[in-house]
Formats: sequence, structure tokens, C-alpha cells
Amino acid sequence: MVSVMAKTELMPGTLDMLILTTLTRAPLHGYAIAQSIKRISDDVLTVEEGSLYPALQRLLLQGWVRAEWRRTETNRRARFYTLTAAGRKQLGLEVSQFRQMVEAIGRVLEDAGEVV
Amino acid sequence: MSMPGKLLKKMAALMRRTRFNGELDEEMAFHREQIEEQFRKRGMSAEEAHYAAMRQFGNTTRMKERSHEVMRLRLETVLQDVRFALRQMKRNPGFAMTAVLVLALGIGASTAIFGFVDAALIRPLPYAQPNQLVVLYETTSMGNRYHLSYLDYLDWKRDNTVFQSIDVYSTDGFTLKTRDGLQAVTGSHVTAGFFRDLGVVPAIGRDFRPGDDQPSAPRVTLLSYSTWQTRYGGRNDVLGQTVVLDGNPNQIVGVLPKTFHFAPAEPSEFWTTERASDECEKIRGCKDLIGVARLKPGVSFQAAFADIRTIAERLERQYPMDNLNRDAYMMTLTDVIVGDTRPILLALLGGAALLLLIATVNVASLLLVRSESRRREMAVRGALGASPARLVRQFVTEGLTLVAVASVLGVAAACGAMQLPERLIPKDMMATMPYLQGLGLNLHLVLFACGIFLATGAIFSLTPALRHFPGDLREGLASGGRSYAGVAWRRLGANLVVVELTLAVVLLVSAGLLGKSFYRLLHADTGLQPDHLATLRVSASGAAYAKDAQVIALEREMQEKLSELPGVKSVAFTDTLPLGVADNAGNYWIVGRPYHGEQNEILDRNVSYGYFSTIEAQLLRGRYFREDEDESKPLVAVINERMAQRYFPGQDPLGQQIYAQGDEKHRIEIVGVVNDIQEGQLDAAPGPAVYLPFRQNPPNDFAVVVRTGQDPDAMLPMMTAAVHGIDPGLATYDPGTMQERIHDSPAAYLHRSSAYLVGGFAALALVLGVVGLYGVISYSVSQRTREIGVRMALGAERGAVQWMVLQEAARLTAVGLAAGVVCAIGAAALMRSLLFGVEAWDVPTLAGVSAVLGGFALLASYLPARRAARVNPVDALRAE
Repeated sequence: MVSVMAKTELMPGTLDMLILTTLTRAPLHGYAIAQSIKRISDDVLTVEEGSLYPALQRLLLQGWVRAEWRRTETNRRARFYTLTAAGRKQLGLEVSQFRQMVEAIGRVLEDAGEVV
Repeated sequence: MSMPGKLLKKMAALMRRTRFNGELDEEMAFHREQIEEQFRKRGMSAEEAHYAAMRQFGNTTRMKERSHEVMRLRLETVLQDVRFALRQMKRNPGFAMTAVLVLALGIGASTAIFGFVDAALIRPLPYAQPNQLVVLYETTSMGNRYHLSYLDYLDWKRDNTVFQSIDVYSTDGFTLKTRDGLQAVTGSHVTAGFFRDLGVVPAIGRDFRPGDDQPSAPRVTLLSYSTWQTRYGGRNDVLGQTVVLDGNPNQIVGVLPKTFHFAPAEPSEFWTTERASDECEKIRGCKDLIGVARLKPGVSFQAAFADIRTIAERLERQYPMDNLNRDAYMMTLTDVIVGDTRPILLALLGGAALLLLIATVNVASLLLVRSESRRREMAVRGALGASPARLVRQFVTEGLTLVAVASVLGVAAACGAMQLPERLIPKDMMATMPYLQGLGLNLHLVLFACGIFLATGAIFSLTPALRHFPGDLREGLASGGRSYAGVAWRRLGANLVVVELTLAVVLLVSAGLLGKSFYRLLHADTGLQPDHLATLRVSASGAAYAKDAQVIALEREMQEKLSELPGVKSVAFTDTLPLGVADNAGNYWIVGRPYHGEQNEILDRNVSYGYFSTIEAQLLRGRYFREDEDESKPLVAVINERMAQRYFPGQDPLGQQIYAQGDEKHRIEIVGVVNDIQEGQLDAAPGPAVYLPFRQNPPNDFAVVVRTGQDPDAMLPMMTAAVHGIDPGLATYDPGTMQERIHDSPAAYLHRSSAYLVGGFAALALVLGVVGLYGVISYSVSQRTREIGVRMALGAERGAVQWMVLQEAARLTAVGLAAGVVCAIGAAALMRSLLFGVEAWDVPTLAGVSAVLGGFALLASYLPARRAARVNPVDALRAE
């Protein structure tokens, strides 16, 4: 399934992990989550709004995040998402799985590199 | 997160669908505004920023849909399927109605009968730990279930080691003093611990206390719930009131709960305590009680039975005068109450289950027929990407929807049907089956219906699903569809239809014969004109009526007063009403003949001089009694025709003399012969009878018979009032009409209930048989569409095709009819005892049933035959 990706596309299955990660520091609203991912990844990773909200619903449903309406600094109403304990656990799981995969891919690439 | 939790959240989201949309909208709008602002900061104009944000954000609706998809429950697609299923049913109302009707009938019948089974056999009796309760009897040479005496009871109570408690009851009824005079009412005597030991607590007031049955204790009574409602309007101030029962004032201390019943002593309006002071209670030979005991925990039925038999044996040795040949007998209370109905109910339940099974198979075959025509739909849907699971789910949903509709209708019909016994069974008989009263929907019934729903639903959803899957989608597209399974199903269906038709014929013939019997019975010659006759029983007891002259004076006065009532044509008296019990025969000697005891079959009745003319019997010879024929005149008798034929064949009975019970001094001269009046049950052969003048043998307990010009029912209150107007101390009971005696007689009840019951089953069987035939023929036509197309292409006429299909149906019907008629005659011979005035091989009934069934079968096969004839050969062949 790992195919050539355009710069702005995410590897499948990683969006949930990224969202959970950005929420480890503080509760954020949807826009802030997208911005945060973009900023931290130096504009490499772009979260499409079209995927963000379904993903957030999915996380809500799994019970990994909690949502509540709060005021922003500009006194606007926005829905803030908070990481739950279950979400933190899930994040740990996903990150370790992801690391394993990346390492595995790395080894394969290194091996190929020697041949090339 | 757990599955249920997730489901709950989804459900909640579904409920809050609008709120969910609102929140999502707001959230996205916020996001868009943030992007817009960002663009503006980079120097875009407001409008440019707005469009740029919209562009970046993308299609909101699509996004919302995707968010929904995450939240969407399967339930929504299920609802979609249900809507689709309902649409399908609407598009094909004939199919839907037939299937639903057939199923509803099957489900209704089995649910209703299960309701009775539940009430009688499953629901616990309204006592604490009812399985510990047993009923105690003494045996006699005549049978097992006879009474014990109070002294026996005391011995059993003292000496047994197996019972926690032992009580006795007797059901003798009371006379109740009312404002309009004495009235006979039902009631029972029980020992003081009776209700406590059954575990019954009064609804209001108190139970009998331990000392209440002692001779010196004040008399107290408990009311049954229905008595409290009907006689006292359910008022609470009934407690403490006094009622006079059998001349003794009794204080009402409580009311029994609504759910309470004790079938062996029902109906009982009043419950009072047994008293050791009563005469009978001091004599061991005076046996009028039945025992109810509760086993000690851990004591088996056999052990307890053995224990009381030991006591009974000892009593037999000790008191041979009173207890010779009297053993103890014991039954569980459950067996006593429902033992008789259990086999009947279980047989009915079996019958209903069979009907339901047939109904299910029928509808399954109908579903198959229809699914045949949907092969292409399924194939197309499959080709367009619907997964097999999705398609199976469609079938399952359709099957379940069908069954759900049928279940609702069936259960509603069952609730109605369960009210029937209360209308069909006479009140006296119903009182012995109190557990069948007030039946309705309850938890057991709902669970049962749900069980049927799931079972039939599973069958219906799986039959078409299995038929089409797995993997013959391509075959479906090619519309071949004549697989081996199809042929096998056709064969099975055909055999089943023959069985159904046979069953329907047997039941229809039986119902026809029973119905005819019932009609004949109600119109049987009773030797009297039952219309416009009102009857009332009167009991004249006590010192005021100790002498014959006093009773005769009472009869005279009643004759006079009752004749003055408006609408009364004539008034008469008899000690025993006709159409009752005719086994209390007496012995008569005929003067000048040897006596061998053969005449002990002769019934005797004491009737007033106007009796025969009042009931409109027919005088065949001689004369009726004269008004002045009393003890001062020579003894006379009128005999019936049967008596004349049997004992005076070829002779003139007039002037012959007879005497009763060997009392040769009191010779009775026969002065008249009357036609046979049916003294016993309607279906009994009338026996010889002797009628004696009322005033020569005045009874203290007699019946008034009044012929009126108006509705006899309306006369009854006036008659009761008139009797009490003469003497409020007279007890009146059993007011009724002669027509009621015919319609409510045990014989009529037996014939009516069997006719209704078998008729009901027959109607169901007919519907099922016809629908089954329709299903099988239709299926066959649908399977043979190509064959028919080929035939027609080769020049077969439409008429010939139609005839071909009809022939197939006719063959099945003929086999079913033939087998049915043979079985029906056999079945009718088996139930000959239920037939009255009609033979088992009654030709009109057999012919009628054959015509009805044949007609319906023709109708059922005509529809598919016409469809076959309308097959367009081009379409049929191209469809391949």
C-alpha cells in the first residue's frame, strides 16, 4: 500500500496518530490541529480538511479524544479536542508500531542501497 | 472501547442527528473563517480570501457525508431495507396479503392455544409453593375421590408425620338473606388455617384466625373478590358488616385477592369456617370433607401417600362400622385442578404447531415463487457490486418484515380468540376452570410470539437466500434457474399439498358433521315447546313447611300470585325440570306381574295438574291430572309413551296399577299416556317415566315453570319478587329459561365446543391447503416458463397450456380429496359418540366438502394457469 506520495499527502493510517500527537500538549480545535501538523512538519505534511473531520469523528467514537465547546483567545466559539487516557495509550501503541515499520522500511532501503 | 458502548454512542448520535449536523457546520465554518483570516493577513481582499478558503476547504457536503459515514449505524441501512421490503409488499399486495394472512392465522392459532396452555399448565397456581400442595380423599368401592369425615380429618392431622399443615373444605353453598328474601348462593366451609396454609393473604381485611373454627367463636366469613365487586360494589366498609348465611349472622372480616381461585371448590361466593359443633362433625360416618395438605420439605409424594394410607388402615380396623373399605387417596393439587384439561390442551397445542408448520412451509414456498422472479434483480445488484451478504440481508429483512406484520396481526387475533371460552363455555363449567378466566396478553405470550417470530423469520429469510446463494449469480443473469433444488422443492411441495388437502378434507368433514349434529341437537324433539318458558327453583324449608298440607297451600298461593303477573299464560310446578339429569330412577312394581328388579330404570316426577299443558306436551291417551287430585283422592299416574311401549306392549295401560318401592298398599292407577318428554340430556334416548300429581307427593324443593306471552328472561325478576312476596323465607335459585337449559346444557356445550373447535381448525386447514396448492402450482409455472414458451412457439394453444397447468393442480386435488374422504369417514366413525342424528358417511356433508374444496382448489390453480397461458413465447425464450 505504500505508494509514491505527493508532498502534501499523508501516509495512510498515520493521520489518527498525528492528530493524537498534536493533542498531547494541549487541547486544540480542528483548525489548530491542522495548522500545528503543518507547522511542526515544516509544511511537509498537510492535513486535508476533508479527512480531518471524519477522522476526528472516528477518534471521538473510539473514545480516544473528548470534545467540548470553548472560547478561543479571540472570543470565538470552537470545538476543542482533548486527548483521553485511552487515546494516550493508543498513541503509544501506534507510535511504536510506526517506528517498527519505519525501521523495517529503512533496513530494506539500506539493503537495496548497497546493491544500487 | 467496548462494542455496546460504541453502539450506544452511535445510537445517541443518531438521535441527535440535527444537533450533530449543527455542530459539524459550526465547527467547519469556524475552520473556514480561520483560513480566510490567514489569507487576508497575507494581503488578499476579503472576497478573494473568502473564495480561496472555500476552495481550500473543499466540498462541505461531501465532508459532512463522510463524517456521517463514520457515525452511521447499520440500523439506517436496515431501515432502508425495511422500507424497500414494505414497498415490495405494496407493489404485490396479493402475495403480501396471502402470506401475511396465512402466517397470521398460524401464529394466531398457536399463540391463542399457547395462552391456554400457559394459563393452565405453565403459570403457577396462585398459592405459595403450589407443588408442595396435595389433596386428600378417602376411597370407596365406587371410586377413589370420596370425602372424609371431620373425625377422620382430626386423626389424620394428629397422626401424620409428613405434612406441614392439613386443612379441609366442603362445598355446600348457603342460603343468603337478602332484602328480597332468601337466595341460594355458592360457598364453602374451610378450617381456619385453610388460606394461611395455601399461602393466600386477603386483599383487604384479615384471614381466619386459629380459633375461628371453634364452636364458641363468633361466625366470620370471607368474600370472594368477584362477590365483593358484584354484591358490595367493591366498597371498603364491607368489613365488619353482617351477612346471614343459613340463618346465622356472619361478620365479614376480609376479601380474598382477585387472583385467588380454588377450582375444586369454585364457584364459591362466601367462605366460612368449618365448625366442630355441627351435627355431622361429630359422626365418623358423616363424610363431607376433602383435605388439602402441604408436604413437609423433602418429603416425597409417595412417602406421604404411604404415611396417610397407614393411618387410614388403622382407622379402618378401629372403626369398621364407618370406615370399612375406606383407604386414603392423594393427588397433587395441580393434578386435581388441571389434570383433566392437560391432555386436551397438549393435543390442541400439537395441532396448532402442525398448522403453524404447514403455514410456514406454504409461505416459504410462496416466497420462493416470488424470489424466482427476482433472480435477475439479485443478479444485477450483485453485478453492480452488492456483496452477497448485503443481498442475503435484503432477503432476511424482507422475511422478517413479513413475519413481523403477521405476528402483530396474529397476536392481536389470539388475544381476541382467548376471550372465546368465556363466551362459549357455560358459567358453571367455567367456574371449575378459573385459571382460564380473564386471559390476555402477558409476558409468556409475548415471549412465545417472539420465539415463533424468530423461528419463522429464520426460515423465511434463509429459504430464498439459500436458493440463490452461494454463487449462482451468473446463472441468475443467464436466467437458467432450473436447478436440481428447484425440482426437489417442487416434489416436496406437491407431496405437502396432498397432505394439506387431505387434512383439510378430514377437518372440514368432521366440522360439517359436528355442526350438523349440533344443529340437530338444538332442534331435537324434546316433547315440549321450550320457547317462552321461564323456570325458577324454590326451596321451602323449615318448620313452616314441615307438613304436606303447608307445601300444598304454598303451591296454591304461588299458582295464584304467579298467574296474576303480566304476560303469564300458565303456571306449573315440578320437583325436577326436564332437560336435566335423568339417572335418579326409582323402582316400580306392576300389579299382577312378577318383579325382578327390571323396572328400576323408571324415572318419576311429581308435577302439578297444569304441568303438561304448560310445557305443551301431547296427551296420547286418557287424561292429565285434575286440580283436586290430592292425598284425599285415589293415587293416579300419567306414564310416558316409552313406558307404555316397554311395559304394556299390545295392552291398554289405562286402568293398570303400579306401586313404588314394593309399597303394595299404595297402588297407583295409570290414567293417561303422554308423549316422551326429554328428562335427560338432549342426546340421550328417553327412558320410561312415571308422572305423579304434585299434590299427592308435595316436595319441599321444586321448580316453577311459567309460560309467558313475552320474553321469558324478563319474567324472572318478577317471578323471584312474587315468590318472596309470599314468604321472604323462601329460597329462590337457578332462575332461567327452558331455551337456556337447551343451549347451556352439557350436551349442547360438548357439541358446540367440538363443532367450533374443529370448525376453526378446518377453516385454517382449508386456507392453508388452498394457499399451499397455489404456491406449488405457481412455483411450477415459474419454473416451467421456458418449457411453456417452447411449447407455445411450437404451436401449443393458450387453452391447452392453461389446461396443462390445471391438470397438474387437479391431480393433486383429486389425490388429496380421495385420501381425505377415506380418512374423514374413518375419523367420523371414531367420533361417533359426538355425532347426533347424522351418520359418519353423511353424503351431503361429503359432497359439500368436496365441492367447497374443489372450488377453492380450482380458484387457486386458475390464477397460475392463466399466468402460464399469458406467457409470451418470445419473451420466455429470449429470457434464456
